[in-house]
Amino acid sequence: MAEPLLRVENLVRRFGGITATDNVSLDVAAGELHAIIGPNGAGKTTLISQLTGHLEPHSGSVSLGGRDITYLPAYRRCALGLARSFQITSLLFDFTAADNVALAAQAHAGHSFRFFANARKEKGLRDTAHAALDRVGLLHRADVVVNRLSHGERRELELAVALASKPKLLLLDEPMAGLGVTESQRMVKLLQELRKEVSIVLVEHDMPAVFALADRISVLVYGRVIASGDPAAIRANDDVKRAYLGDQHVVTHHV
Amino acid sequence: MKAFSVSKAVTALMLVGLVLLPLYSYLSGNIFIMTLFTRIVILALAAASLNLIMGFGGMMSFGHAAYLGIGGYAVGMLAQEGVGSGFIQFPVAIAASAIYALVIGALSLRTRGVYFIMITLAFAQMAYYVASGLARYGGDDGLTVYKRSDFSGLINLSNRTQFYYLCLTCLFAVIFLIWRIVNSRFGLVVQGLRSNEQRMQAIGFPAKRYQLVCFVISGMMCGLAGALLANNTDFVSPAVMYWTRSGDLMVMVILGGMGTLFGPVMGAVVYLLLEEFLSQITEYWALIMGPLLLLIVLFGRGGIMGLLGRLNRG
Repeated sequence: MAEPLLRVENLVRRFGGITATDNVSLDVAAGELHAIIGPNGAGKTTLISQLTGHLEPHSGSVSLGGRDITYLPAYRRCALGLARSFQITSLLFDFTAADNVALAAQAHAGHSFRFFANARKEKGLRDTAHAALDRVGLLHRADVVVNRLSHGERRELELAVALASKPKLLLLDEPMAGLGVTESQRMVKLLQELRKEVSIVLVEHDMPAVFALADRISVLVYGRVIASGDPAAIRANDDVKRAYLGDQHVVTHHV
Repeated sequence: MKAFSVSKAVTALMLVGLVLLPLYSYLSGNIFIMTLFTRIVILALAAASLNLIMGFGGMMSFGHAAYLGIGGYAVGMLAQEGVGSGFIQFPVAIAASAIYALVIGALSLRTRGVYFIMITLAFAQMAYYVASGLARYGGDDGLTVYKRSDFSGLINLSNRTQFYYLCLTCLFAVIFLIWRIVNSRFGLVVQGLRSNEQRMQAIGFPAKRYQLVCFVISGMMCGLAGALLANNTDFVSPAVMYWTRSGDLMVMVILGGMGTLFGPVMGAVVYLLLEEFLSQITEYWALIMGPLLLLIVLFGRGGIMGLLGRLNRG
């Protein structure tokens, strides 16, 4: 097989005495949807933050498309085709939905040292923004300020923002967090569509969603990957059952 | 488009008033009002420049008066050395402000929040003490500018009316520039950084670079105000850089309405007029001014512009 799109090797990150990321290695192939699951405090967000460049690892390496990005700042990784959504919604709350997405498109369109022309009237940026909003079903809310959007809509907007930079790899940190049943279902459907276009690393608590979407699943416990494989293998893995799913929490079928 | 808006109407009224002021002064024979309003217009320019980083950029600089001093000293020192041409003095004033802003900004922007406020304040105080130590240029006592900047007959700065209109033109030009900037790609990035820096980095923007450029632009604009101010008072002293002056500028911005185009102008007009009239009534004018400002800031979130905006919605 060719070089994986994302390769994480022996990553270590400590916080004081706690090793939040303990020698983690994993590969994400192009076109794959790779889910990372694990109980609360397993170090999922810490891992994601090192992939996006918001946190530096103490050792190990991260490479994207064969290029070492371990110590690259967040904004440079973005230019290389890495986009993320946040576990806790992080948007420009006093900007409209369209502005949020257009800014992502603008970041992708080179430097922004342009001081005179009205950016909100640039057709290229607006079109990209509207296309991305349409993709997640938010086009009708384009001119609404984020503060007035519902939680579900904000989660979708996070996706639209990530998409607008035309990423090769999408890192989604709990996109279903706080969503209701119908909203979750919409999000799963949306991700099912998106995965055809872009490789995805999905960190998620919603087990039915993970098992429905993932090509491969890595299970993180206390900062360590205890198992990695396709959903069927993970479901059958005894370590995983014991460490994470618990006895009463049986994963049911989901197609 | 809204048919009518109170804040727009009041703003328009104020601008018309500023444009027609020399006419009023001429007809009424009130010369003092011209002197007062020239100062108001110059400080409004300084406040507008502060608003660019503070209101739109979210960078709470507490050392903005430093540029008033730098611009002023550029004029004063060059005049003393025999360089009287405004075509040299003004560009030097603006360039010196840009260099100062570049250095100070590069260092200060490593910090955030209260630390940013304190470090910009500290640098301005350093500038203040440096100016106090310039024995050749008057030191503590300041420097008299015996001859106003000479624009080779193009405009005569010693003519009260011409000078007033020069200041007003500069103010309008700066506000026009700020208007273009805040709606440009650059301006959206800077405002995005104010709103959510983490998000902007994740989208792919190197935050500091944009903030620094914004900081420098603001400094240059205020340097221009400094050059005008020195011409207005025929004098420049370290006192224009003192931290209370930086505080005055902040109050003008907050009072008028942060992050609005004309708020700082409104703030400067109201603040300086109040100061003028209250100090005529009583020596203890600050006792009235203080609570008044508190009331406006507490109840008029968004300053005067915010108040007017709410009037509109009823």
